[in-house]
Amino acid sequence: MAVLSDEQGMLRDMAAEWVRDRAPISAFRHVADAGGAYDPALYAEIAGMGWAGVLVPEAHGGANFGVLGLGLVLEELGRTLVASPLLSTAAIGASALRLGGSARQQAAWLPRIASGEVTVALAIDERGRHDPAHIGTRASRDGDGWRLDGIKAPVIDGGAADLLIVAATIEGGEATLFLVAPDAKGVTRMAYCRIDGRDAAQVRFDGVAVDGEALLAGGAGLIDRVLDHGRAALAAEMLGSATQAFETTNDYLKTRVQFGQLIGSFQALQHRAVAMLAELVMTRSAVEAALAAIDADAPDQAALVSLAKALAGDTFRLCAREMVQMHGGIGMTEEHDAGLYYKRAAAADAFLGNSAFHRERYARLGGY
Amino acid sequence: MGDDAALEAFRADAREWLAENFPPPLAHKNPVPYQNDAPYAEADPDWQLWRTRMAERRWGAPGWPEIYGGAALDAPRVRILAEEMRAIGAFNPMKMTGYTMLGPTLLEFGTEEQRAQHLPGIARGTVRWCQGFSEPGAGSDLASLSTRCIDAGDHWLVEGQKVWTSGANHADWCFALVRTDTTAKQRGISFLLIDMRSEGVVTRPITLISGSTHFCEMFLNAVRVPKGNLVGRVNEGWGIAKRLLQFERDSLSEGRGEGASLLPLARSRVGTDGVGRIADGDLRSRLVAHAMRAHAYNLTMTRLAAEAKAGSAIDALVPVVKTLGSDVAQARADLAMEIYGDRGLGWTGADYAPDELDVSHQWLHARAFSIYGGSYEIQNNIAAKRTLGLPDPASAR
Repeated sequence: MAVLSDEQGMLRDMAAEWVRDRAPISAFRHVADAGGAYDPALYAEIAGMGWAGVLVPEAHGGANFGVLGLGLVLEELGRTLVASPLLSTAAIGASALRLGGSARQQAAWLPRIASGEVTVALAIDERGRHDPAHIGTRASRDGDGWRLDGIKAPVIDGGAADLLIVAATIEGGEATLFLVAPDAKGVTRMAYCRIDGRDAAQVRFDGVAVDGEALLAGGAGLIDRVLDHGRAALAAEMLGSATQAFETTNDYLKTRVQFGQLIGSFQALQHRAVAMLAELVMTRSAVEAALAAIDADAPDQAALVSLAKALAGDTFRLCAREMVQMHGGIGMTEEHDAGLYYKRAAAADAFLGNSAFHRERYARLGGY
Repeated sequence: MGDDAALEAFRADAREWLAENFPPPLAHKNPVPYQNDAPYAEADPDWQLWRTRMAERRWGAPGWPEIYGGAALDAPRVRILAEEMRAIGAFNPMKMTGYTMLGPTLLEFGTEEQRAQHLPGIARGTVRWCQGFSEPGAGSDLASLSTRCIDAGDHWLVEGQKVWTSGANHADWCFALVRTDTTAKQRGISFLLIDMRSEGVVTRPITLISGSTHFCEMFLNAVRVPKGNLVGRVNEGWGIAKRLLQFERDSLSEGRGEGASLLPLARSRVGTDGVGRIADGDLRSRLVAHAMRAHAYNLTMTRLAAEAKAGSAIDALVPVVKTLGSDVAQARADLAMEIYGDRGLGWTGADYAPDELDVSHQWLHARAFSIYGGSYEIQNNIAAKRTLGLPDPASAR
């Protein structure tokens, strides 16, 4: 654990306590069983704690506390797989408006993000792949405004979001981001039902007309920075989930008896448990460094974010896989939590670029 | 002057002194040959000069009390000094077995007489130490060691054999684990300081797969050792040894993720494709994966150092860090050899450039990283038990 300031330590403890009291993993099961993507009442509590506004400037009703602070909260929420639009709204939506929004756009949206009144989703992936360098969705000039055409899929948290931030390539130019209301004419949303039970959707844009005020300034550079806020925050959430998968498994090794012994006394299992611990140690170092680098606007932040997201993907998948394996038959049942972590690990890895994507990005940034 | 200003002033002083006193020919040289091989080091006048200057400046053991030859620097200043040395490719010439392992042990467990007798020579780099722990029948299961130490009235009488004793053939002194009680395992072991010039001490170098003869066998034939050379109490040497092995693991984990990037080497020796990527796509993937792990490992070392400074206990992670570090360093040696291709397979001779021979020998040497100082498997056993709280394996016999 990083060396935290008193305020950061308090924020983390507050999040841990809230998760324990209000959002144990049974809460996630309850939402999933009810067929919902998330529980609006629970998200209202999250926003009430101030977490939706961690990145929002104080003038707009937020805490302006940095992405490291948001990462501390998401790590705790990741422990019990809390399903909420917090990452999409507070990490991605808030950073997009902070970095690319005009004064008027910020005043219109940031206070409502901080209060929890609106949730946001980033519509960037197409044809099921994360490839922000090739955005097929087009933005054509239409008087003072724009017309958007394209299909986005998957849009994570896009089924229920109150505001869509859409990546589109301007004809004859580069890609940039547009603010689009999901109820605008020409927008069609179709919810997916995915293995992790979270909100995801396909969103079609058929000649959607938006005014000139919809464009966020910054182009591809803005997209990169906004994505990196989301990726680092997601890596923190995944670190929390992986840590919990590991700790639950390690506890099981100390209680399950076979052949007259605790199975945790078997060296084959001990060494695999230590291997998980080693990956968690490395992943934590990378995640904390990435979050701190974004807050410091350090020149190597992109490489650190890709390092963190790649490690988080590999480590979460390792810990979830071992969680199923070391629990044996019970780990294969719907009744046990292991499957929930296993499914979430795959979905979280794919979100905002999987490990392979980030190894390649790290390679290009480094000149390999 | 505030704390930060005082530290920055110290940094400026250190930088200036190092610039004036560190012999440039030693810059970025691998310190291992100097630290391991006495004849190699003594034959290099630059090394001699550097050792003497560091001894006079008391920066070979910068954190030790002044009466023992140190400079009594606090932890932030010790760290700054190390950073400034690393920045110019300098190394601490005193950083040998005596400094990294025995020094901290004597500071914690030694008598005043033992400290006064031994620490100044370590701090000045004039006395070389070796570690007499492993035996033919006691490798990973170190506590089964059987070198006997008998109370002979006015002295101890030691009889037995040690093995894998690094640098024993050039050492002046040895700190050894010896058996003082044959009826107990861990509780029958004592910690003894042995003068290598004593009658009955015989060393014999072992040639390794890399060609190195740094490790030795050491025979102890009825060696008489003064009573005052026992550290701690009789039969309490195992606790001291475990503490010392922690110091060793700490020192073994340092620098594992360092070394110049393999990227320029790969680009020049393997070539690049039409868009400037390393031409061998499979090798490129593995180089990147390695670079990322080395990066994460270095971030881990930085993070744990910061946490330790802030007062968190990080001892529990030492065995994990050791295995991660040996993994990273071994992967690097494998990749370097692959990049060199046929030029990385040279054994000796003028057909091969020094850097080419270094690649093959480093590759061979690197296998030892996961064996010495407690093998990969032993580190995992320790982490399973102490860090994860997993139960002891059921007795095999």
